[in-house]
Amino acid sequence: MADIIVDAKGLACPMPIVKAKKGIDALQSGQTMELHTTDKGSMSDFKAWVNQSKHELIAAREENGIFTFLVKKG
Amino acid sequence: MTSRTMQPMTAQQLTKKILASEELFILDVRNEEDYGNWKIEGGKTEIVNIPYFDLLEGVDEALDRIPNDKDVLVVCAKEGSSIFVAEQLVEAGRSRIHYLQGGMRAWSEHLEPVKIGDLRGGGELYQFVRIGKGCLSYMVLSSGEAAMIDTLRMTDVFEQFAREKGAKIVHTLDTHLHADHISGGRTLAVQNGATYWLPAKDAEEVTFDYAPLEEGQEMRVGNSCIRIQPVYSPGHTIGSTSLIVDDQYLLSGDILFVASIGRPDLAGKAEDWVTDLRTTLYETYRSLSENLIVLPAHFGQTGELDEDGRVAARLGDLYASNPGLRIGSETEFRAEVTGNLPPQPNAYQEIRHTNMGLLMPDCEEQREMELGPNRCAVHDK
Repeated sequence: MADIIVDAKGLACPMPIVKAKKGIDALQSGQTMELHTTDKGSMSDFKAWVNQSKHELIAAREENGIFTFLVKKG
Repeated sequence: MTSRTMQPMTAQQLTKKILASEELFILDVRNEEDYGNWKIEGGKTEIVNIPYFDLLEGVDEALDRIPNDKDVLVVCAKEGSSIFVAEQLVEAGRSRIHYLQGGMRAWSEHLEPVKIGDLRGGGELYQFVRIGKGCLSYMVLSSGEAAMIDTLRMTDVFEQFAREKGAKIVHTLDTHLHADHISGGRTLAVQNGATYWLPAKDAEEVTFDYAPLEEGQEMRVGNSCIRIQPVYSPGHTIGSTSLIVDDQYLLSGDILFVASIGRPDLAGKAEDWVTDLRTTLYETYRSLSENLIVLPAHFGQTGELDEDGRVAARLGDLYASNPGLRIGSETEFRAEVTGNLPPQPNAYQEIRHTNMGLLMPDCEEQREMELGPNRCAVHDK
């Protein structure tokens, strides 16, 4: 279970990442955040954003049009 | 125009700026991969990429790189993130800040009609330039009738144009089964009671009725009898058929472009079709009049547009300038058109299946499938 769940369903760019960033800023290093989004476009943006940060993408999946990402804060 | 608020810029306004070679600084805020894949080019544009998610804590990084004395256009995939960034640039005191209305998606879909020339008996030929994706459609108009060639998906644009010209669309033709974009030919035909023509050899798996486009069979538009004469020209696909219009124009589909030639691999048969491609370009086209004006279905770079925004070239001139027409031996030709090809167009298999009627994606899915450049030429990057 993630330490924080960020629900960005129904929101369009840039909001899913704006909310995700707020969420992860509130965590301690080593804690995890789960992001839920329905915006297909922000999926690759989110991966690119995590890749260049010190955070780690642990899991990414899609189910019924909902994208779920699990990220560990670096 | 100087203003302290951000202004929307439409894809049409952007097209005009590019064609008029006006200076424009573009800040593309999409992720690096999408940017690397496909971006706005041409005219006197200068472009930098800083993803919007690098600007969440402030736009200082962008401010350092954006000139103060030019119009600035912020661009993203749809428009949300570009508005987000543009607002902050304005808050930081910058002026002449615009965002691209509808984003790259609108850019991909914008069509600019340009007149190619007059036809005998008062007819006209128009080219529709899809500048963002590099696709070209054609409309032949003659005494109240119209024929569309290589119709793009945005059929409302063509219907509107025909209406303004007082013409009824009677034929829609595809020179081949397209792999980079979804054809609007069949839809336009159904909506207007027109006949949809497609080469039979490209239509073996299609799920709908069509009229087979064959060499030797002529078509007429309007009572002034503009002749459309099909020439079998395989190589990009096995059915590829070029069209000679009014004995003046060669609509070459994806066989011959202004700066390159068609790639033979998009239907998975590169090795088999190389010989066809060479025969078409080096024998069939060679036997046609050098004075025909070649009008292709694509361009690879905006440099292929002339000063009036048209993509056209005399066939004889292309034999002197086009690298694809100047390859000595068949062996070299084979190596050039099968080795080291550019990546395939986005979702090209799904697009082919959609054009056969095997897949029926909704509007939104169709737009997604078509994102990116056309990449139908051997020399595209």
